[in-house]
Amino acid sequence: MAELKYESPQTTEAAVALLAAGGPTARVFAGGTDLMVQMHEEMIEPTLLVDIKRISETRQITFEDDYVRIGAAVTGAELGEHAELKAMWPGVVEAVELIGSYQVQGRATIGGNLCNASPAADSVPALIAAAARVVIAGPGGVRDIPVEDMPVGPGRTSLAAGEFVTSLLLPKRAERAGDAYLRFIPRTEMDIAVVGVGVSVTLNPDGTCATARMALGAVAPTARLVKAASDILVGNKLDHAVLEALAEAASDACSPIDDKRGTIVFRTKVAGVLACRAAAIAWQRAEKN
Amino acid sequence: MAKNFVTTTINGDEVEFASYPGQSLLDVLRSELHMTGTKNGCGSGDCGACTVVLNGRPVNACLVLGVELDGAEIETIEGMATGTKLHPLQQKFLDHAALQCGICTPGILTMAKAFLEKNPDPTESEVRYGLAGNLCRCTGYDKIVRAVLDAAADMRADG
Ligand SMILES: Cc1cc2nc3c(=O)[nH]c(=O)nc-3n(C[C@H](O)[C@H](O)[C@H](O)COP(=O)(O)OP(=O)(O)OC[C@H]3O[C@@H](n4cnc5c(N)ncnc54)[C@H](O)[C@@H]3O)c2cc1C
Ligand code: FES
Ligand code: FES
Repeated sequence: MAELKYESPQTTEAAVALLAAGGPTARVFAGGTDLMVQMHEEMIEPTLLVDIKRISETRQITFEDDYVRIGAAVTGAELGEHAELKAMWPGVVEAVELIGSYQVQGRATIGGNLCNASPAADSVPALIAAAARVVIAGPGGVRDIPVEDMPVGPGRTSLAAGEFVTSLLLPKRAERAGDAYLRFIPRTEMDIAVVGVGVSVTLNPDGTCATARMALGAVAPTARLVKAASDILVGNKLDHAVLEALAEAASDACSPIDDKRGTIVFRTKVAGVLACRAAAIAWQRAEKN
Repeated sequence: MAKNFVTTTINGDEVEFASYPGQSLLDVLRSELHMTGTKNGCGSGDCGACTVVLNGRPVNACLVLGVELDGAEIETIEGMATGTKLHPLQQKFLDHAALQCGICTPGILTMAKAFLEKNPDPTESEVRYGLAGNLCRCTGYDKIVRAVLDAAADMRADG
């Protein structure tokens, strides 16, 4: 076994250089709440850990002209304490706050949740619904992609060699906008989503839907955007027929696994139920601001 | 294996230690510094027995690396009592018999203290959520929750 090394660069450029030189067994180290478990269980044997927490860009939340920039290494606890962000994107923040215990919240980062690429990662459906973009630094410079293009399979991302996520961009919200994230777990805390649903809407002055995005987690190899949802919602109010169509679209988008925590039938049905409930909460929030 | 030298503050004292890159803070505390109050239950973030406070936030020491802690402030169970005077939470755990084997106790006390600093007047349900990351196989949790609520009431009365 090669010896493990640890580096904590202070700049993005230095991190990229270390990751590029480190090859496929180099790993970004953020909060460590996935990585330490995987190392403990010997699922992975990295040779280099590049700790990104001393790079200031990864640790900040900044409000820019058109968007909010959230550093990749901002923790769940820090997001939960950020009143302005919570008011603008309550669904995204509540999704991140569902991750683990208080102890895990103190360490788990939003970038780590995304890059670990678990199909059940709680923040990801909320981020997809929010139309968030991922800012990636690498040997070729900086690029940004939609969140839904990040996970490509369980535990796999579209990041190329030497690349890492520096921040996430959430669009700024105008009036009459709201989002929500709900998950189903067999317990009330400390469990992995069996189904997760994120919904984001903006409303017209007459109360009909202007724009909508919905995404599902834990019901396919990656979190996915349900494109049909926007056609169903836009131009309409949230009446019975619309909710029925939304539930059906959510269930249709599922291709889940069958396991002891949830059967295919159960996951598919619950996706529809949670889609309606999350849409109703997003709607209520939009009506209030 | 090459070791890194790390300078931290633990329970108010400057502490320097040497750590190899994959070593957890939990292992540093127990094996290098012989501070065995912090317990090892699972090593994977599930049980909370290893809870310490890092830069003001409760964390699982088994999921933190020793080498990343240069300049960090750490509080452990060893810093909870003042000399021989127990912290109100420690006293209430004794009064309510909120422990049996005791392996979960340092982690629960550390988490409960951090939780009450944020929320000095919690409901029972808030205490249960606050301690959701701490497992206890002996007590059935009820006595723990009552001890925390009782300690919180005393701490509020003492201001
Ligand atoms: C007890 C417990 C409960 C949990 N509960 C939940 C839960 O309810 N919901 C949930 O979704 N997750 C849960 N998790 C999983 C985990 O806490 C989250 O996925 C967390 O957000 C990971 O973030 P991190 O900073 O700790 O990641 P790390 O462990 O540091 O990294 C995770 C992976 O992403 C890579 N990575 C991290 N940051 C970057 C970056 N900026 N750029 C490129 N790659 C990067 C790492 O190399 C690694 O492969 C739980 C974990 C534990 C231990
Ligand atoms: S030993 Fe760290 S959480 Fe169990
Ligand atoms: S007292 Fe034994 S585990 Fe809690």
